[in-house]
Amino acid sequence: MKKIILSLLFFPLAALGAEAGYPLDDSPSDVRDLVSLQSGARTYVNYCLGCHGAQYVRYKSLTDIGLTEAQIRDNLLFTGGKVGDMMKSPMPPQAKQWFGTVPPDLSVIARSRGTDWLYTYLRAFYRDPKTATGWNNAVFPNVAMPHALWMLQGERTYDAEKKTFTEKTKGALSRTEYDATVRDLVNFLDWMAEPAGNERRNIGVVVILLLVVVMFPLTYWLKKEYWKDVK
Amino acid sequence: MGTMVSRLWGWIDARMPTLAEQFKIHASEYYAPKNFNFWYFFGSLALMVLVVQIVSGIFLTMNYKPDAALAFGSVEYIMRDVPAGWFIRYVHSTGASAFFIVVYLHMFRGLLYGSYKEPRELVWIFGVLIYLTLMGEAFFGYLLPWGQMSYWGAQVIVNLFGTVPFIGPDLALWIRGDYVVSDATLNRFFALHVIAFPLVLLGLVVAHLLALHDVGSNNPDGVEIKKHKGPDGRPLDGIAFHPYYTVKDLVGVVVFLVIFCAVLFFVPEMGGYFLEANNFIPADPLKTPEHIAPVWYFTPYYSILRAVPPLFASQFPGVVAMGVAVMILFFLPWLDRSPVKSIRYRGAYYKTALAVFIAVFFVLGYLGVKPTTVWGQFGFDAFFLDTKDRATWVARLCTILYFAFFFLMPWYTARDAVKPVPERVTV
Repeated sequence: MKKIILSLLFFPLAALGAEAGYPLDDSPSDVRDLVSLQSGARTYVNYCLGCHGAQYVRYKSLTDIGLTEAQIRDNLLFTGGKVGDMMKSPMPPQAKQWFGTVPPDLSVIARSRGTDWLYTYLRAFYRDPKTATGWNNAVFPNVAMPHALWMLQGERTYDAEKKTFTEKTKGALSRTEYDATVRDLVNFLDWMAEPAGNERRNIGVVVILLLVVVMFPLTYWLKKEYWKDVK
Repeated sequence: MGTMVSRLWGWIDARMPTLAEQFKIHASEYYAPKNFNFWYFFGSLALMVLVVQIVSGIFLTMNYKPDAALAFGSVEYIMRDVPAGWFIRYVHSTGASAFFIVVYLHMFRGLLYGSYKEPRELVWIFGVLIYLTLMGEAFFGYLLPWGQMSYWGAQVIVNLFGTVPFIGPDLALWIRGDYVVSDATLNRFFALHVIAFPLVLLGLVVAHLLALHDVGSNNPDGVEIKKHKGPDGRPLDGIAFHPYYTVKDLVGVVVFLVIFCAVLFFVPEMGGYFLEANNFIPADPLKTPEHIAPVWYFTPYYSILRAVPPLFASQFPGVVAMGVAVMILFFLPWLDRSPVKSIRYRGAYYKTALAVFIAVFFVLGYLGVKPTTVWGQFGFDAFFLDTKDRATWVARLCTILYFAFFFLMPWYTARDAVKPVPERVTV
């Protein structure tokens, strides 16, 4: 263990580059867009929550994206719990055996991965007969996760040399529709990673204005006034 | 109302005259040079940031759980369910980096104007002790969110102690309280972070200020204002700290808060420098991150550590170099042989040396956050190239220059062509 740590300490590998093989797209997410957030919440609950919990997020906090408690209970809460419950995944402990790894909790995934990575990753799955799940990903090679949204996107193949995808079968959504669905989902993940984000920025504007418009002139004038007699 | 207050004050003053006396000694009759400039804001700002950290820290401890199974979740609980919890947490995380920025600028002021020179050696020594304590405080605090960077950063730093010959492994074990960083480590780091080190820090700050107020403040001209006193015994170039500098520092506080709040409210992660992306992944003792880098304020020293080649397969020389790089600051008052204090009257030698030192400090800091492969590798092979990473060689050159600034100081400061220093301060 110590050897590994020391070798990492003194000769860090540029292993970050291993994932940088596929260029990331700019995520068009906007955490002020409530319609997009609600659509993302729906996609998340329908397609992701089965495996990936958000154990630090309460269903009730979705009232912040414009949903009522009744809407949350009727449309998003399938576990029969209360709206005050955490968004836990029903994944049994065997997950590790099934996938080789426990599906990570997504509460703060947008803060560790970044939205660009998520937006590109969720649009970079392709068919690969060499993997256990039959799926692979251009952004995260040999990822344990199968393509959960494949019925929406359809099946594709990937040319690693040219970094291009070819459609094999059609999905339920067109390419633009699929991109929009992923955008909304990533948008929701981004919001969920820091639900206070919008409030933070709103308060920030007021605080900065207060400091610049009121506090600075006030203290500056006070200083000038006192220092008049200093020669 | 006014008479009520003055009567109450009279009642207290009759029983405890110390309060008014101390206020006079340290504020209303503490005479500071009237020519303080921009660089003199950072002492009071550091004090303010210390208070901000203590207050925000107290509120964080009300909801934080120092338990390996709960710590990460309790931070998210603070961010989501505690009213204004996100604000308190960002104040504390932004404050940690702000503390170092302010302290580095405060120390740079000392280098600019020779504030460490006689008779202020003790002020400087207490200052360096504060800096060391602050480093410990920051290191312990960084483990508490229990993210991947917290965990592996602590693992790496504790292992530095493990490189000490003979006692190393036992020493590292004693610090961790376990064979790996674990719940036991988290608990003791919590204790050290929330009570032990803050207490030491406060005590040192008091000592720093008492020592300063005994000898009086230096100034951008580096002249002693106590040499010229008026008939009333006050220095002619001095003005009362209160109200003159209290109101002036208020302006500094507001400007500081504008920048501080801009970060806090709009970019609290500061592009991964104040809050690292990897630290939003819960600590996993079985998964080593691909690139472990300390937080930005330690990176110059981390670069020095990495730059020194191992000896007999031990990294101890690098650890020693890192330690010496900090400890050398204690000796600054005796390394500097210049007859003048301020950079204004120093010659080209010191000015060049300081400029190179600052540049080197930034380069080392930059390289410390990057993998050593950041600038690619040399295309050729040679027997003396133990590593072909260009960045490592640049870091080695910078490490030599870093130490040259201190070790050659007695030589170049004594030979510098200094200018005559005025009798009185210039405004």
